Amino acid sequence: MQILGLYNYWVFVALLMIGFYAVIAKDNLIKKLIGLSIFQAAVFLLYISMDKVEGGTAPIIQPGAVDQIYSNPLPQVLILTAIVVGISTTALGLAIVVRIKEAYDTIEESEAAAMDREA
Amino acid sequence: MSLALDIGSWLLFGIGSLVLFIGALGVLRMPTLYTRMHAASLTDSLGAIAVLGGIMLQAGWSLAALKLLAILLFLLLTSPASSYALANAALLAGHQDSRSPPENGA
Amino acid sequence: MTILFAVFLLTMLVITAIAIVRTPDLFAAVMLLGIFSLLMAANFFVLDAADVALTEAAVGAGISTVLFLGALALTAARERSSLAPPRLALVVVLITAATVVYATFDKPALGDPNAPVHQHVAPWYLEQTPVLIGIPNVVTAVLGSFRGYDTLGEVFVVFAAAIGVLFVLSGDRPLSAVFRPKDAPSTGGLKHHLIPRIVGKLLIPFILLFGFYVQFHGEYGPGGGFQAGAIIAAAVILYAVLEGEDRALVALPEPVLKGLVAGGALLYTAVGLVCMLLGGNFLEYSVLSADAVFGQQLGIILIEAGVGVAVTGVLLCIFHAFAARDNPA
Repeated sequence: MQILGLYNYWVFVALLMIGFYAVIAKDNLIKKLIGLSIFQAAVFLLYISMDKVEGGTAPIIQPGAVDQIYSNPLPQVLILTAIVVGISTTALGLAIVVRIKEAYDTIEESEAAAMDREA
Repeated sequence: MSLALDIGSWLLFGIGSLVLFIGALGVLRMPTLYTRMHAASLTDSLGAIAVLGGIMLQAGWSLAALKLLAILLFLLLTSPASSYALANAALLAGHQDSRSPPENGA
Repeated sequence: MTILFAVFLLTMLVITAIAIVRTPDLFAAVMLLGIFSLLMAANFFVLDAADVALTEAAVGAGISTVLFLGALALTAARERSSLAPPRLALVVVLITAATVVYATFDKPALGDPNAPVHQHVAPWYLEQTPVLIGIPNVVTAVLGSFRGYDTLGEVFVVFAAAIGVLFVLSGDRPLSAVFRPKDAPSTGGLKHHLIPRIVGKLLIPFILLFGFYVQFHGEYGPGGGFQAGAIIAAAVILYAVLEGEDRALVALPEPVLKGLVAGGALLYTAVGLVCMLLGGNFLEYSVLSADAVFGQQLGIILIEAGVGVAVTGVLLCIFHAFAARDNPA
């Protein structure tokens, strides 16, 4: 069962690399931001995979249930914060992309850099 | 009684899964955009009713069944509206249906 | 059976991510990103993280798609196809992937109860929450009370994002003109499309009601301020799409939105300062009432309200700042 026990982490690696590739290899600025979102989602998957306990349930303590195993609440708190911070940085990045489009009339990074070198 | 509930919910799950599979197959195999949307609308209506009905039978008379009914009503209301919006947007964008009959009714 | 379903969901995630990166049509990429967020939310639920699943569905699949579409309407719709395959990037990615995969072989298997992460602090939280705070949802207790200072920082991050977007988008005009001016011609919304308008207007009151339910129910089930803020903002954004953005600015005018953004952060900080004035430490809610447990619950309700108000204001400010921008012709 070693493979199934580690499958979550391999999917995390796959998503991490897909997002990383989109950030460094794609020219379009919005594709880079989408790749950054995928990268962040992969990190969330890593943390939430760590909180699962075999036979556990969501950490909401039902009154009157004894001997109930609960999954770990701590990574969930961290990831709740991280999701909201991620959407904040995405919104700011999109605002900057809109301004770049208005200033350079392109959102391809190489074209904007070429315009900067000519000027 | 619980055996009858189990059989009923399994029957509904089976019907729902079959309908969802047929709908997905139709989306992949249909030739044009508008016919594909006909296939996808299967999943919105009969698939959602069957699967959610099966879960409601399993939940019994409880608050969870009421919440599932609310989810079903929400799905039944919004999925056809979004299919309409998609078809309307395709029509307005000038999406040509390559198999449509000629305009002058020949 | 659950393992099979979880494996299937994870594989769908990878397939969707590959499709997102490969498609040159940016609108299709944004829609696929919404599907990716929904699959991620389903995955979180299978892994017993109910609060996180709700947040990812509301924020990732809902608000993030709207923001990306708003930015796409102002920029290009297709990606210019790249000229040469980037070999150096592929090599770097493969080397990094090999390193991280080698590192994952040291990790404990999924669900192992003896993993180090389950040993130190988490059992203490699970035992002490019914004793010290008395609410069922442990995640809200940790977020609101045990780690309340981090949540205060998060509210400030969201607040800074709103200020940042408003400043960046006002680069060539005064700050007061970022929102649509009152005498601009009405956009009309979806006036000629009857069916989405009627269905939407039927649903908006229920979405708002659900948002308030999630806000106040956060102590007893999955929910809380962030999810509620995102859901209420989604309801107002739906109204703006259907009726025209100027009508949404009449419903929630610009000074109200800015007041919500600042007021939420102020409410949170004020609760902390009141605790200090009453003799305790910053954000120590036990001093808010004679019964320490009730004081904790009161403190958590107040700060969650502050968080919800701030997140609603921020998301609506960002949406209006994008939507009021003139399309380049």
